[in-house]
Amino acid sequence: MSDDAVSPEEVRHVAELARVDLADDEVDQFARQFADILDYFETLDEVPEVDREADLANVMRPDEVRDTLEREEALQNATKTEDGYFKGPNVS
Amino acid sequence: MSANIFITEETIDGVEDGPLADTTVAVKDNISTEGILTTCGSAMLDDYVPPYDATVVSRLKDAGATIVGKTNMDEFGMGTTTETSAFGATENPAAPGHVPGGSSGGSAAAVAAGEADVALGSDTGGSIRCPAAFCGVVGIKPTYGLVSRYGLVAYGNSLEQIGPFATSVEDAAATLDVIAGPDDRDATTREPPADGESDSSYADAATGDVDGLSIGVPTELLEGADEGVVDTFWDAIDDLESQGASYHEVSLPSVEHAVEAYYVIAMSEASSNLARFDGVRYGESGGYDGNWNETFATARKEGFGDEVKRRILLGTYALSAGYHDKYYKKAQDARAWVKQDFDGVLEEADVLASPTMPVPPFERGESLDDPLQMYLADANTVPVNLADLPAISVPAGETDGLPVGLQLVGPAFGERELIRAGSALS
Repeated sequence: MSDDAVSPEEVRHVAELARVDLADDEVDQFARQFADILDYFETLDEVPEVDREADLANVMRPDEVRDTLEREEALQNATKTEDGYFKGPNVS
Repeated sequence: MSANIFITEETIDGVEDGPLADTTVAVKDNISTEGILTTCGSAMLDDYVPPYDATVVSRLKDAGATIVGKTNMDEFGMGTTTETSAFGATENPAAPGHVPGGSSGGSAAAVAAGEADVALGSDTGGSIRCPAAFCGVVGIKPTYGLVSRYGLVAYGNSLEQIGPFATSVEDAAATLDVIAGPDDRDATTREPPADGESDSSYADAATGDVDGLSIGVPTELLEGADEGVVDTFWDAIDDLESQGASYHEVSLPSVEHAVEAYYVIAMSEASSNLARFDGVRYGESGGYDGNWNETFATARKEGFGDEVKRRILLGTYALSAGYHDKYYKKAQDARAWVKQDFDGVLEEADVLASPTMPVPPFERGESLDDPLQMYLADANTVPVNLADLPAISVPAGETDGLPVGLQLVGPAFGERELIRAGSALS
C-alpha cells in the first residue's frame, strides 16, 4: 500500500490528539505497522450499505437521591488532592 | 518460571451459605474488587485499589463463593496471548511452553491448573473463549446484556460481557446462574425473554441431551484453519451426531469482514474509554510538570504498553475527521450485516459450531512482533461479539498434544441450549 502509507508525521498527529507521548522509535514502528493494519481495514469498502434496525429501548429510572461513594473513597487513588478535591495540572 | 497466573493472591470470603459455598473463584484483574488491587494488567493502574465491588463480585460473595485472587491478563484486555500484561506472561498449564490464550489467560490457567474451581473473565472479541480453548477448559461468553458490566473496567463496551470458566460445563453454568440477571447499575442489562425454561437454572440445562439437535457448521469458519484443529473439530461433531444430533453446512458471507469491523469498533471504543486514564483521579501521574496536555501525554506514555498505545492511536485515527465514514461507519454496516447473517442461519439450526480458534496455542513469544497476524487469529470469535450472541467453548480434544476448543453459538439468550449441547461433549 505504497500510495497511502502512513507517515511518521501522521502518527505524531494522531498521538497528539490521543494525548500519548511517543518515543522516536515508537513513531517509526507504529508507522510501519499502521500501514499494514489500515490496508487490511480498507477491505471494509466491500461491505454493502446495510439497513440497521436499532432494537433499542430507553432505560429510565426515577430521579432519586441514592448512596454514593464517600468523598475520601473517591479521592483515595489520586496522586494529588487539595481541600477534598482532585488536583490536576495547569490547564495552560 | 512460575506459572504467573495471579497478579494479586488474596482471599475474599463470601457469606457462609449459598450456591457457591465451598467454591473457589479466580477473578480477572479488570473486574473491580473493593479494597483489593485491580490493575487491568497495566502499569497505569499498578497501585489502583477500587473503592467498590463490581456487581458480579457482589453476587459471588452473596452466593458464598471464596475469591482466591486476581488473575493475569493482556493489558486492558488487549491481546490474544496474555503476553501484553505489564506483569509478564502466563504459562499454559495444559501446554507448557505455549501461551494460555488471552486476554483472560490467567483465569483460564487458574482453572486448568486447579488453583480455583471456577473463574471469571471478560470477552470483548474472544477473550474468554480463546483461553478456554487453549487451556482445555470450558468458557461461556453470555448474550450481550445478560451479565452486568458495572465495575468492569471498560475496553469495548458495546461488545464485552463477563462470563465464567470451569472444568465442566455444569460448573460454568452454575457460576453463570449466580452472576446473570438485570442490574440497575448497568442499563444495558436485560431480563431474558420468557420461554418455557426461564424458571430453571442454567446448571439444570447441563443434561448432555442432544437428541434431535440441529447443528449448523459455517463453512467460512473452517477455511484456513489448521488441519489438526479441523480434524479434531469433526471428531467432536461425529461424537454429537452419534448422540442423536445432526449437522448441516451453512454460509455466513459477512464474516469475511468481521475481523476488520471488530477491530475498528473495538479500537474506536478503546480510544474513548481509555481517555479517562490521565493520572489525575487514579493511575500513573504525569509528574505535574508542564501543562495539562503535556502532563497527560507523559502519564499515558509511561503507563500504557505498546498494544494499548497501538489500539488507542488506531481508534483515534478511525474516528478522526475525514476517516469516520470510511472506517467507523462501514464497520457498523458490517456489524449489522453479521447480525443479520447469524439471525438467518439460526432460523435453520439450533446452534452453530466451529473450532473456537483456527490454530492450536501459539508458542510463547511467537506472535508479538506482528500485531495483524495476532488479530487474524480472532476470526472465529469476534463475529459473535459483533452479533451480541452467546457462545460456549468446550474442550474438543487435542492435536499434537495441544488443546482444541469447539465453539457453539446460539440465538440471543439461548444459553441453555449451548449448555445442553456443550455438556454432551464432556
